[in-house]
Amino acid sequence: MTILVFIGVNVIGNPVDILINPDLNQAERAQMVAHLGLDKPLWQQYFHFLSGLTHGDFGNSFVYSRPALDVIMERVPATLELAIFATIIAVAVGLPLGLYAGLRSEKFSAKFIMAGSILGFSLPTFWVGLMMILVFAVQLGWLPSNGRGETMGSWSFLTLDGLSYMLLPALNLALFKTSLILRLTRAGVQEVIMQDYVKFAYAKGLGEKRIIFVHILKNLMIPVITIVGLEFGSLIAYSVVTESIFGWPGMGKLIIDSINLLDRPVIVAYLMMMVVLFVSLNFIIDVCYTLLDPRVRLEGKA
Amino acid sequence: MNDMDPKLAASAGIAGASGTPDIVEPPPPRAIPALKRFFSSPTAALGTIGLLIICLVALLAPWLATQNPYDLTQLDILDSRLPPGSENFDGIPYYLGTDGQGRDILSGIMYGLRTSLLVGIASAVVAALLGTTIGLLAAYVGGRLESFIMRLVDLQLSFPTILMALMVLAILGNGVTNVVFAIIVAEWATYARTARGTALVEREKEYIEAARCLRIPGRRVLLRYLLPNCIAPIIVIATMQVARAIGLEATLSFLGLGASVTQPSLGMLISNGYRFMLSGLYWISFYPGIALLITIVSINLVGDRLRDVLNPRKTR
Repeated sequence: MTILVFIGVNVIGNPVDILINPDLNQAERAQMVAHLGLDKPLWQQYFHFLSGLTHGDFGNSFVYSRPALDVIMERVPATLELAIFATIIAVAVGLPLGLYAGLRSEKFSAKFIMAGSILGFSLPTFWVGLMMILVFAVQLGWLPSNGRGETMGSWSFLTLDGLSYMLLPALNLALFKTSLILRLTRAGVQEVIMQDYVKFAYAKGLGEKRIIFVHILKNLMIPVITIVGLEFGSLIAYSVVTESIFGWPGMGKLIIDSINLLDRPVIVAYLMMMVVLFVSLNFIIDVCYTLLDPRVRLEGKA
Repeated sequence: MNDMDPKLAASAGIAGASGTPDIVEPPPPRAIPALKRFFSSPTAALGTIGLLIICLVALLAPWLATQNPYDLTQLDILDSRLPPGSENFDGIPYYLGTDGQGRDILSGIMYGLRTSLLVGIASAVVAALLGTTIGLLAAYVGGRLESFIMRLVDLQLSFPTILMALMVLAILGNGVTNVVFAIIVAEWATYARTARGTALVEREKEYIEAARCLRIPGRRVLLRYLLPNCIAPIIVIATMQVARAIGLEATLSFLGLGASVTQPSLGMLISNGYRFMLSGLYWISFYPGIALLITIVSINLVGDRLRDVLNPRKTR
């Protein structure tokens, strides 16, 4: 699977066209081309790239003149903490609301929650981000709108100041996933609540609390965890948008800057990393599946 | 943006195409009751009305707008950054204010809608054609071709749309045509999977077998018999996909990878206002965003209802 994307990204397109500044004269141009190793035929460049790749070398960034992988790696913590924080928000908000909407689906408040989640799907994320800046940063002045604030090491969630910087982008990133988890939970609750074992638990006279938390919630966890895992990858992908709005110096902002500056090694390295990330995420989710659901485990042995 | 919907639509769609088809002539769609059912839902009617208004505004933009925002002779830089409701020198009001170059926001939205709708519809139609053809072919031919195509589809669907679009745009550079192309590349797989899923069910039915027994050539079976019976879920997905494509295009334009300055879309307008956000000039971004929101919600409402109407399992 990785090979396909790998070849696609590397063979299509002409790096010379997009990399060289058109203002340069012919001699400078040739020198630049030679310096970047773009004068060699494509297959040779590709081979060079491949051989570099085998010892973890994606080539040097044209802009930063440092190994592309290093440039990306130092941005990883920022994106990672943002994505994790957003996931926590999405689960912490989406799961209880979804549970409530599923259990009391006839109530007005539940319908209100569902309507809100439709809005969460339809609202363009980047526009919501702008409006958040407008309301919370410009008009109310509660939270900072741009940057990362104080960091401890390379993490900002360790300091209060860093957290205040992280809140808006994380909320923005979490918005879509919250609606997703909410709807998924509600659908799950409505399915589980019809099952015989839930009815039986009620018939036994168990307390509602125990039924919800032991019988219903446990069986809900499988789809929810799958989605959280799968969507974690797309959170990192969509952080491109959020990071650009809030000036959050993570991988997403880096890739947009790199595309605008035509920094090809960084682009390629980023896309490659994403491919690896998605493949490994899928693998981890499969493993989690077997750990969580005894039925899958038994099927495998039989 | 929403990666769940196509799959749901796909599963709903498989049931959607299982009518009782006539062998000689595929049955005419039950048009009148379907329409009636469609409008029996107030939200769907609302969505349709919204959509009609949006399309009309986009079509009639040159006549409705008070200025052509991209004709430099009609702009007055002195009118820049005026709040909503102010008037220009000739007394023509700027209902929604002006942007940094003195462009009327309302006129900008009208013209921006054209680009946005164009991108959304063009990419959804081409992706639907391409994806459906590939999916039907995979189902009809089977064998190695099918497994190759489906492997490709799986690969494609395991990546978020925005990432695929970024990949394409990183290679091709920006511009409206490239955005359309990027969205097609990112979305064809959804159609292919749905078309194949539906076709696999339909392929086993008697009318296809009968057509084969009559030695009707394969191409004809594919186009006249299989395709009409697989089309319902495709239409539903295509409708939703227009909304997704518009959202995606706006996002890409916002990131500076989409529409060019001479042919701005709604995303571009919002992006223009980003710089003025921190000085509290909210209207430059706010109103184009509202227009975008109304467009997307209307299309989604219509698509949602279409899915219910075209799915016999749900209405019975």
